[in-house]
Amino acid sequence: MTRRTEFDQHLNALKEQLVEMGTRVEHALAGAMDALQKIDVDMAKKIIQDDVEINRLEGQITDIGSRLIATQQPVAKDLRRILAAFKIASDLERMADLAVDIAKVVPRLEGQQLIKPLIDLPRMAETVQTMTYESIQSFIHENVDLAYKMSKDDDAVDTLYNQILHEMFSLMLQDPKSSNQVMQLMFVGRYIERIGDHATNIGESVVYLVTGSRPDLNA
Amino acid sequence: MQALIDIDQLDLYYGDFQALKKVSLDIPEKAITAFIGPSGCGKSTLLRTLNRMNDMIPGTRIEGSIKVSGKDIYSSDVDVETLRKKVGMVFQQPNPFPKSIYDNVAYGPRLHGIADKQRLDEIVESSLRAAVLWDEVKDHLKRSALGISGGQQQRLCIARALAVEPDVLLMDESTSALDPISTLKIEELAQELKKRYTIVMVTHNMHQAARVSNQTVFFLNGEVIEYAETEKLFSNPVDSRTEDYISGRFG
Repeated sequence: MTRRTEFDQHLNALKEQLVEMGTRVEHALAGAMDALQKIDVDMAKKIIQDDVEINRLEGQITDIGSRLIATQQPVAKDLRRILAAFKIASDLERMADLAVDIAKVVPRLEGQQLIKPLIDLPRMAETVQTMTYESIQSFIHENVDLAYKMSKDDDAVDTLYNQILHEMFSLMLQDPKSSNQVMQLMFVGRYIERIGDHATNIGESVVYLVTGSRPDLNA
Repeated sequence: MQALIDIDQLDLYYGDFQALKKVSLDIPEKAITAFIGPSGCGKSTLLRTLNRMNDMIPGTRIEGSIKVSGKDIYSSDVDVETLRKKVGMVFQQPNPFPKSIYDNVAYGPRLHGIADKQRLDEIVESSLRAAVLWDEVKDHLKRSALGISGGQQQRLCIARALAVEPDVLLMDESTSALDPISTLKIEELAQELKKRYTIVMVTHNMHQAARVSNQTVFFLNGEVIEYAETEKLFSNPVDSRTEDYISGRFG
């Protein structure tokens, strides 16, 4: 079989950049949650600073992909691979921004005690972190089953999110003075839930890449 | 769209070698259909059967049928000259006659008995206009056709084909000897011509097929592997062999 060595090398480079972006997003989320639980402002600042690198990677993916389109005229699945990479990079960039949003909550809680030990939020974050990892794996291996798994995992995340909201509401009613912190934690839940939605989008991009049709996994 | 050319279970042999195997295709009128595939896949052979150019190759034998406007072009009562008037052809290398630009275009009509000067003038002008060459050559129609550029010569050959009022225009790699600008001109011309003619083109340039045609047929080893709307074939082909070929991962 004729191989398109040059083209395939660049496609691999594209994949590698996406894996690195994905890994950085996982770390950003894990780090932000860790900083939140410890109310560690320095750790949170580090997460915010590191976001620059994720933005830079997104730019690089756009550069490699557009160069490939301009010089190699990819068609069919080759073209969808690049289009999917663009979309996935943009989802990952948003996910990283949401991790930054979580980190930004930390300085607002500085000097406070958490009203309760965090249990469901870290659980949600762990699930979403796994989703992030698996969504990238589904792209690398063009694994549609794994892509569709995002939809199920996202349902679990949504259920957890609703549970957290109810709990937070009752906490706020019990102790109105805690409402500021409760609001902040509700936002954190919202940010994590949004990251899960983006991981689901990545799953959709993978299904599109493999089949050429667009499913709605967020439904 | 209505099918103008109806190819049914066509087998073609060059001696013992079977170049086309059970090819069945409906080619719609007033549209551009592109044949793509690797060398030796049978695409040019099939194109040449459409105006019986293969008749000239000794040892050629065909089975099955090809109908143009419902008429079997291989039936014994078909006059091949009339068929070739109806189904014109433009080749890979521009092949103008060593005559004036005017005489090149007037050649066919004269051959078919038109002698009236004014009538010939009209045909020459309208054909050159249809081939988007008129403005470039109108002031020196009496000059030799060999003196104009390759791209102009190819458009002259198209004008010459149009002068006998064909229904179908076959283009066999008609831009492969041309520079990119001339190629784009011919491609744009093809878009204009398809409003009035049925165009079938063979091209090695897949991106040309993707840019220009309405339908694309992918051939491999004398067989039709996939026949689809061009947009569909180049974005989401059904057969993995088509995908391999159009992605350049073939062979």
